Parts: sequence; C-alpha cells; structure tokens
Amino acid sequence: MTGVRIAGVGLTHFGKHPERTGRDLFAEASDSAFADAEVSRDDIEALYYGNFMGELAEHQGHQGPLMAEAAGVRAPATRYESACASSGVAIRQAVKDVRNGEADAILVGGAERMNNLGTAKTTEALAIAADDLYEVRAGMTFPGAYALMARAYFEQYGGSREDLAHIAVKNHENAVPNEHAQFQREIELEEALDAPMIAEPLGLFDACPITDGAAAVVLVSDEYAEEHDLYAPVSVTGTGQGGDRMALQGRDHLARSPAAEEAAEEAYAEAGIDGGDVDVAEVHDCFTIAEVLALEALDFYAPGEGIGAARRGETTRDGDRPVNLSGGLKAKGHPVGATGASQLVEMTRILRGDHPNSDAVPDATVGVTHNAGGTVASATVHVLEVEQ
Amino acid sequence: MSENEHGNSGYDEWLDAIDEGDAYYLECPNGHGSLPPRRICPECGETNLEDTPLPETGDIDTYTVVHVATPSFADDAPYTTAIADFGPVRVTAMAPDDVDVGESVSLTVGESKTNGDRLLQFERF
Ligand SMILES: [Zn+2]
Repeated sequence: MTGVRIAGVGLTHFGKHPERTGRDLFAEASDSAFADAEVSRDDIEALYYGNFMGELAEHQGHQGPLMAEAAGVRAPATRYESACASSGVAIRQAVKDVRNGEADAILVGGAERMNNLGTAKTTEALAIAADDLYEVRAGMTFPGAYALMARAYFEQYGGSREDLAHIAVKNHENAVPNEHAQFQREIELEEALDAPMIAEPLGLFDACPITDGAAAVVLVSDEYAEEHDLYAPVSVTGTGQGGDRMALQGRDHLARSPAAEEAAEEAYAEAGIDGGDVDVAEVHDCFTIAEVLALEALDFYAPGEGIGAARRGETTRDGDRPVNLSGGLKAKGHPVGATGASQLVEMTRILRGDHPNSDAVPDATVGVTHNAGGTVASATVHVLEVEQ
Repeated sequence: MSENEHGNSGYDEWLDAIDEGDAYYLECPNGHGSLPPRRICPECGETNLEDTPLPETGDIDTYTVVHVATPSFADDAPYTTAIADFGPVRVTAMAPDDVDVGESVSLTVGESKTNGDRLLQFERF
C-alpha cells in the first residue's frame, strides 16, 4: 500500500457569484490546483467530483464528465453525492484508489452554485438532504434540524446561545486574512446574539451563508511524488467514514453525531494517532452547534464539554488546538459540494506554512478535516500529516 | 395538493390511519419499533413487521420555531416543529407554538396553511 501525497490544491473565492456556472468555478479551482501541483493534466487517471444540488440549481446532472472537460482532463470521471459531505466522500475514494495502486494521480474536488436560486429556493433545495416523508413534510428545514439538535444538546448537557455566539465570533476573526473567504470581517458577540432568528435557538449568525465556490486537490502516490521530484510535504494518512439513520427521529442520539465518531475512529486508527495528537482542525460548522458536535466526535472533548471551547479560548487561534483557522463554513462559506475538498485545501496550506493563518500553528504536524452530510447521517474524517 | 405532490404508498395510508384515530407503528419480532413505509427492520433486518397501536401520548424531546421557511411553508412561518418520543418510536411533527420539552402530546393530521398539504401535528394531550 502506497502513501498518498497532496501535490497541489486550489480554491475559488467563496461568496456570491450568481452568474458563474459550476463548470466555470471548477475550472478555476482545478487550474490553480494544477499550477500548485506541477503535475501534468495528462497524468491524471481519474476525477472524483462532489456536488449536491446541481439538478435543482442549474438543471445539470451527470456532472462528472462535464467537470473533467472543464478541468481539461481526459479521464473517467464520477460525481459523488452525499449532501454536504459530497466532496469528503470523493476524497475518500481518491485516497483509497491511490493507496491501492489503482492510480498514481487523481484530481478530486467539488463545486456548488447556490446564490442564483435565492434564499427560499435554496432553503428548499438544502432540505432535500433530510428525510422527505418524515422531516421535510413536517416543516423541517436544514437550519431547523440543527436547531432541534441544539435544543436537545442544551437540554442534555447545558450550554447557551452565548456559548454558540463565541464560535461565530472566533470563526469570523479567523476569516479576516483569508482571501478566499466570503466574510472577511469580524463580528461582535452582541451582534451575533441580537441577530434575527432563523430557527430558534439558532439566529442568523449561528448559520453559514449561501455560497458559490469550488475546490480542487491533486493527489499522487509517494512513488509519483518521488519520481517527479514534487514538493508535496503533506500526506493523507487516515480516512474514515461513518453513517447514521437518515432522520433525526430514528437516531440513538439527538445531541451527538455517532457517524462522525465512527469516521474519526477509523481515520485515527489508520494514521495511528488519537484526538490528543491533533494540532489543528477544520470542522464542519454549517451551524455553530455543529462545531460543538464535531469537537466531541473528534474526541477533543467528552460529550457535553465541547460547548465552551471557543468561549474558554481553547479553539481560538491562540488556543491549544485552533479549530477552523480558515474561518470555517460560518465565515469562509459553504458551497455544499465543495466544502470537504476545501477543508483539505485549507489544511494543506496551514500545514505547509503558506496559509495566512499558518503563523497561529507554526509547529503543527497533524491536522484533521471533518465533513458532515445532512444532519450527520454521513460523515468523513481525514488525517493530514507533514512527513518528517 | 401542491404540484410536486407524489403518491407515497404506505405513508399516505399511515396518515389516513392517524386521521381515523388508529395511529400505529411497525414492530419486529425482536421488539424494535419503526415507522411505515418499511419492509425491513432497520435495527435487525427482520422482515415480518406488524402494525402495532402507537402509544396514545409521547413526550416532546426537542423543538424549534422555524422563521425562515421553504416555499411550501411560506404562509405557515413562524411555526414550531418538534420531535416527540412515543416509546418504541420517535415522530417529527408540527407542534403548538408554546410547546416545551417534556410536555405530553398526541399525534394527529393537520394541513399546511400554505398549500393545504396534509401534515403530521402534535396536539396537547
Ligand atoms: Zn428489529
């Protein structure tokens, strides 16, 4: 089994680009990944591509071959759909194929176009990640589902809207120097607490924005990297995926995310690490409460103890283990199908030392990315390590 | 009926039953509860599932007041959606606006103010 190197990474700006097609966004992200990788497009043996709502947002299915064409790659191409974890599962497939010797160079990424739909239609499109019969028809929205989990968390473990607001404040602060982020501006605690409600107890600043954007990564085998004398200091040393019941009502836990716990266990076991070894993490904070569930699933905190991490300064950029130095989904933005791949992009740059926030973790060697689908009915976790 | 309404065998009949006061859940030989439509117990894979009367009341586990709705619920917003524990199964439904965690509710069928679609509702017991 060969090791898997990250040869190059690319991102578009995340934000409102309602006129830009998915193919244009992915073309830009993949072009910058190739420029970063110094890998020839001719060497790419497969494209794995994440996208969630292309049929609804731009009347486009069968996006695999379309995106290979957009990226200038002649290779078999497959779209992966797993709601907000779409490109997380695409990465996992790419990692496995490189490891197993199926391919020496793979392009993996994702894109989403959302702003052309408007808020109500986007809310409707995102809701299809929930169970149509048993959740959507009872009025559940995507923010509503996380609000149900937030209330369940408060009931079971305690915590407050103010604890959640500290997470939003932290992630906005981290996004300020990130030129790819949708919101490069700080927010005040009071501003977050006073914002209009979306789904109680979650307000506007507990939610990620509606975002257009794309991300791309070139993965290569150790052998390929050596043969071509590539600068590729970061390896993917662990991949994990977990699953849970589709609807919240069918779950054992309303205030935990066992799918992400399983994903983390598997990824950690492969990498030979545990939660305590992780220096820095990018987690799926589509809502502030989701960051709390992630911190606990990744075993950084016991259940019920992750809620105060940002308030206590433990996950801030000057804390022991900074979380979401990119700004997270909250401030960097959440183009659904691009998110898992974008986390890999940000973490690679953080660990290589060329991210605007790398100076927060100058000695970091182990990073983790956590990507959740729907209300964490699916989840992937990846471990990235700087090779000694 | 809204334009995107699909027939859903098993589910539509279940709503009919609740409407007639005969709410039920599915029980497998090992005692696992689940909701229709379903052929297979998601817990253990047993396939001989039996209609079993749903307990008359459930307790609210969690709820949210939704302010930003999808177009299908535009005229309903703000509204409350909740999950209640009926013992063998949990159910998600719309709930009274001032509902609280731990309250006892029963399950009924109401309709959306926006498009008249049938939907599950909790009523105070
Ligand atoms: Zn069973």
